[in-house]
Amino acid sequence: MAATEIGLWGVPLAILAGAIRVSTPFIFVSLGEAITERSGRINLGLEGTLVFGAMIAYAIAYLTGSPWLGVLAAMASGAVFGLFHGWICKFPKVNDIAIGIAMMQFGLGMAFFFGKAFIQPVAPHLPAIGFGWWSSVPQVRAALDVNVLFLVGIALAIALYWAFRNTRIGLVIRVVGDSSDAARAMGLNPDAVRLLATAAGGALAAAGGAYLSLYYPGSWTEGISSGQGLMAVALVIFARWNPLGCLAAAILFGGAGALGPALQSVGVTGGYYLFYAAPYVLTLVIMIVTSSPGRAVAGAPGELSITR
Amino acid sequence: MTVEATDAQASIPGDKGGPALVEWIARRSEGIVIPLAAILVGLAAFSVFVAFLGKSPFDLFGLMVKGGFGSWFSIQNTLARAAPLLLAALCVALPARLGLVVIGGEGAIVLGGVAAAAAAAIALPAVGILPPAFLWVAMALAGMVAGGMWIGLVGFLRHYRAVNETISSLLMAYIGIALMNNFVEGPLRDPSSLNKPSTAPLPADHMIGNIPGMDVHWGLVAGIVACVLSWVLMEKTRWGFAARIAGGNVRAAQIQGLAVGPLILAFTALAGAFAGLAGMIEVAAVQGSANASLAAGYGYTGILVAFLARHNPLAIIPVAFLLGGIEASGGLIQRRLELPDATVLVLQGMLFIIILFSETYYGRFRIFNPDLWKRRA
Repeated sequence: MAATEIGLWGVPLAILAGAIRVSTPFIFVSLGEAITERSGRINLGLEGTLVFGAMIAYAIAYLTGSPWLGVLAAMASGAVFGLFHGWICKFPKVNDIAIGIAMMQFGLGMAFFFGKAFIQPVAPHLPAIGFGWWSSVPQVRAALDVNVLFLVGIALAIALYWAFRNTRIGLVIRVVGDSSDAARAMGLNPDAVRLLATAAGGALAAAGGAYLSLYYPGSWTEGISSGQGLMAVALVIFARWNPLGCLAAAILFGGAGALGPALQSVGVTGGYYLFYAAPYVLTLVIMIVTSSPGRAVAGAPGELSITR
Repeated sequence: MTVEATDAQASIPGDKGGPALVEWIARRSEGIVIPLAAILVGLAAFSVFVAFLGKSPFDLFGLMVKGGFGSWFSIQNTLARAAPLLLAALCVALPARLGLVVIGGEGAIVLGGVAAAAAAAIALPAVGILPPAFLWVAMALAGMVAGGMWIGLVGFLRHYRAVNETISSLLMAYIGIALMNNFVEGPLRDPSSLNKPSTAPLPADHMIGNIPGMDVHWGLVAGIVACVLSWVLMEKTRWGFAARIAGGNVRAAQIQGLAVGPLILAFTALAGAFAGLAGMIEVAAVQGSANASLAAGYGYTGILVAFLARHNPLAIIPVAFLLGGIEASGGLIQRRLELPDATVLVLQGMLFIIILFSETYYGRFRIFNPDLWKRRA
């Protein structure tokens, strides 16, 4: 009944719901990548970390019965991946972008390898808080079922924004990212800072993966990620390495990703695959618009290989 | 290291060709010894992984050799798998000489396949009059133009808009796969393909056949020819020379008056054309029509092949054979050792990481640099 009552309003509502539901992994991966890139490294392997995190979270949640333990396990595994990337990239002539691609392949391989056994079982989901109690329309209620991790992501974005400006750790990361020489002159060890920043980035990316397998879509499959880990890298550039910008961009991407399914739910089926490509097209267009030849992107960390 | 150094000097008197030859071998062997050592270390690391799972690494490598290279049948299987890898690797190796990391060859492969299938649909009526070769040329041209434009756009965005080519090519790979699905399930769909949406199949007698005496299609020859031509282009022509200068230092190349922009456009377009050709061959020699099987991951394995070959087009040939063999043995490993098919993916990932890590050892060993031999003595 209600479905016919709300009619075409279902599309913006579904996009809102999608923005909340689909954006959470983007928030976590992009915040993680923002920390890593602010320290002057780029980790393209977060796609692999995310998928491995999704697998570990699902497996641990299934084995222990606690989805939160699953998230923690995912974050630990993501930190290990990040540490490995950070360690291997400190050697001279080792290309951080290429290592990222290799780590992506390795992470996907490990996730599929160990994940085979967990495709069938059903793991407990992460809880959601219903903010739609005031409405009698079920779609509105469903749309406003907000997962706890989404709220954690918002809090984290604000905290990181503040921390980059106001804390010693934030300053250290920024100095290392802008100039290794300046950092050394200050007595800092750039490699150690980047190692930890990459580990933190990996942990957050894996938490994003945990959200995928433990809440939405809510099961572990080999096709669980649609490239969120990769798009996050572009998203961070678009957000100018600003955590609040990452948050906004992630929500925008979530909405774009929900466009296809939303239109399909009201009967628009043509070009489904083209709508499916919307987030990628959006990312590409944003990258084209925001970059320009002859100058580095404003706000870019000076040591970042990708903007030089 | 010092032992070899004194040997080299000892051979100086008497034999004029001797030391030059030794020095030549020493310089050349760095690019062979380090990757080989890296592969060995990678295999050792993988053995530890396999042993942890309670399986014998010796059984595994035995099966790998048997499944990939053990019989004429398995060698043919390996060669058939290597064929698309040759072209997919060129899509990475050519831009790499210009300093670009293009990793979205998969998009050019699938779109090349779709374009080839569309060209076949248009050209088929004329084939009754003209020989089938006409159809193949039309398909190959369509596939190469589609792939060339796709990766050429990556190069264009890189040079004229400063958009990072690694990320843009990867995004475009996702977009390319979405476009392929759209065409295959929409305008180009053959209504009789129910379970697996596909374009109209090629008639069996219009498929590209096998090399005489082998169960391997002509795509292998196309791939090898493409690698050799790319090597000639890179090493023996002034365009290849200009590309390597631009890859080393863009500023220096521009000061020298090299047109870096057109160079990047030409090399990325050529790289994409090779990937598009790989898609065309998949359609015309393997699948018979364009469908979702085009996105089989050749573009991604091609990245590994190109990096292993250090972006040398000739080295791509043996490396593609090696990785084709590893992939070909995947089924046997899966059945005999009851390991999941992702085992091959894990091995590839490990090899890839260690190969990239080995870059750090270039120039570190005195033995590969004859200039340093005398200084110490």
